[in-house]
Amino acid sequence: MRTRQSIATVTAVALVSALGLSACGTGGSSESGASADGVITLSIYIDSDPLTSIALWDSLVEKFNSSHDKIQISYETHPGGSEGDNLVKTRLATGDMNDLLWYNSGSLLKALRPDETLVDLSDQEWTDKVNDNWKQAVSTDSGLYELPVGTSFAFGMIYNKDIYKNLGLKIPRSWDEFMANNEKIKAAGITPVVQTYSDTWSSQIPVLGDAYNVMAADPDWADKYTANKAKYVDEPAIQGFQHMQDVFDRGYMNDDFASATYNDGMKMLAEGTGAHYPMLTSNAAAAIGQNYPDADSKIGVFPIPSDSPEINGLTIGTPKGMSIPKSTKGDKLKAAIEVLNWLATPQACEAIGSAIPVGGPFVIDGCDVPEGAASLISDMTPYFDEGKTGLALEFLSPIKGPSLEQITVQVGSGISSAAEGAALYDQDVEKQAQQLGLKGW
Amino acid sequence: MKREKAMMATATQSAQTTGQLDVTAGSVKKKKRGLDRYYPLYFHIPAGVFFVVLFLIPTVASFYFSLTRWTLFDMEFIGLDNFVQFFKEPALITGFVNTFIYAFVTSGTKVILGLALAVLLTSQVLGRNYLRSVVFFPVLVSTIGVGVTWKVLLDPQDGLVNRALEVVGIRGPGWLTDPHLALFSVAGVDVWKGVGLATVIYISGIVAIPSEYVEAAKMDGAGSWEIFRNITLPLCRPATVTVIILSLIGGLRSFDLIWAMTRGGPGFSSDVIASVIYKQYQAGFYGLSTAGNVVLFLVIALIVIPLNMWLNRKGQRS
Repeated sequence: MRTRQSIATVTAVALVSALGLSACGTGGSSESGASADGVITLSIYIDSDPLTSIALWDSLVEKFNSSHDKIQISYETHPGGSEGDNLVKTRLATGDMNDLLWYNSGSLLKALRPDETLVDLSDQEWTDKVNDNWKQAVSTDSGLYELPVGTSFAFGMIYNKDIYKNLGLKIPRSWDEFMANNEKIKAAGITPVVQTYSDTWSSQIPVLGDAYNVMAADPDWADKYTANKAKYVDEPAIQGFQHMQDVFDRGYMNDDFASATYNDGMKMLAEGTGAHYPMLTSNAAAAIGQNYPDADSKIGVFPIPSDSPEINGLTIGTPKGMSIPKSTKGDKLKAAIEVLNWLATPQACEAIGSAIPVGGPFVIDGCDVPEGAASLISDMTPYFDEGKTGLALEFLSPIKGPSLEQITVQVGSGISSAAEGAALYDQDVEKQAQQLGLKGW
Repeated sequence: MKREKAMMATATQSAQTTGQLDVTAGSVKKKKRGLDRYYPLYFHIPAGVFFVVLFLIPTVASFYFSLTRWTLFDMEFIGLDNFVQFFKEPALITGFVNTFIYAFVTSGTKVILGLALAVLLTSQVLGRNYLRSVVFFPVLVSTIGVGVTWKVLLDPQDGLVNRALEVVGIRGPGWLTDPHLALFSVAGVDVWKGVGLATVIYISGIVAIPSEYVEAAKMDGAGSWEIFRNITLPLCRPATVTVIILSLIGGLRSFDLIWAMTRGGPGFSSDVIASVIYKQYQAGFYGLSTAGNVVLFLVIALIVIPLNMWLNRKGQRS
């Protein structure tokens, strides 16, 4: 009887401690503070993309830890996409977030309710060094929440320069010129526009990358859109959808557009079997650096053309940034601020530039695009120098409808017309705005 | 008698898979009522707590949450707005139509193919046991694995299926990329994966038919088609009912195979209700997707409860 009782006790103790341990394991280490030797270890929550985050953070962690004694950093990963967004939101809501969070800027950041969950960083010294696009993408009315870690990128038309040279084409300044180029490219037996709908996300670039053109036609469009006063079914925003339909109607796309993947797309471009591919420069630079280094010199980028020859500028996106959750307190908070200060230095930018193929210029003063960056980045520089860049809509407005990629696949593959697609997207956006509790919806 | 037992077993199984009604209620319940008196209240408490915490509270809570717009941070009571929004969902009509098409196409095909295969596999065919296990094998494979594999096989340019068709001079269609074809391609794979189960049910049905009937029919000069029509088919009726119920319910709640193969695409053309709801959840519209689940719950209940009652009646009569 006694032995049986003690066995039961032991089992119970083992069970309880196992539960307790696993709870600690998922709970992160934000409570533990400095260890006995005075070293504070900070954990950073990052996404698990091998190329753009793990390679980057392996290098940054190494650089930081070797140059600091009192503070050491490490990272923990979460899956990408909406699954990761849910994890981040859950951890923030339950106060279980790691000591630091590396996350998107723009609408995704705003969906985290930064006013309630993140530490306001607007009093930090480095805020004088970050550019205005960045401030716009990470601020609310009551604070600024992220330090940029990474480089900006463009929503551009990636193109093959050899094809342009061989056919004697010029970079188009308007949509009509673009379509005229496409006609000549098609006549030469080359696919004019590459589309890859197996990776549905890649279908959105023609619409998202049209933001500069929309905003050039109506500078207040983003605010009107957030206030439920501007719609995609109307000019000028419907252009993006209309252009997708034009390309399909004229048969300018690759035959396997419906089943091709993003990698197939970059391959066609690198091998010269496709001429144009609307894509993010960050993704293109990474793919070229990884898989097609020999093709680097023949891949360039120009802005998504607009209907008007006067409007010609790059739609850009801001990088991910580092924020401090409100659950980080005391010594850990001080240490976290020091990590941020280090990340704002040129040494940190250098580490970023050598760790991953960058997709564009940095958004913080004192950091330059590294030697040996993809040559398409140099095509972007003139637009930055002339100030002909504008943020994509998702960095100006908190609203981005979740079904855009399905809708652009429909329009791009001729299942529905541009007007139907735009109307569908306006409906999709309504749900997002209501979920965010915006006024006027 | 044996057949009845098998029938009962599969019927309870189908009730378990849907989590709906207790099919065996009628006769068994009476016996339990006698036993009930011997169990004191505390005997039921552990199971009762389990049931209330894990089933009852979430179900009731989901009805409440479907009336709110909630995030992980807070929530707002908005009455029936979620349901209004859900029924305005452009993908919803496609979703409903596709769900029914998918359920009926897969169910019907499984009945026909399953019966045909069962007739073949109960005959004196060479390597019968081996062939039986071959037909059943796809049932054992993980659905996601099947989906990913078939997605590769059905690739319009490089897939094995279209390459094979090319050899005989046919230009294969974009199985999963043609909006008119995608749903049926997935349904086809579902049949391939599920027909083994239908076949096994039919085999047990056919084996249980007494051979005297067939012999007597032969004496009367019946041909094989007449034997099949007048003996095999009617005496297999319980097996047919089980196959229909199982595959219909499976088809109505199908999600995994569709998600693995097309993600509801291209565009929205192979979306079913479950994938519409899943996408809403993924987008963070928790209230809306809860409302969708309540609707799905009611629709499935509306279909399954009458079906169960009808089945029960038939079962008792025989």
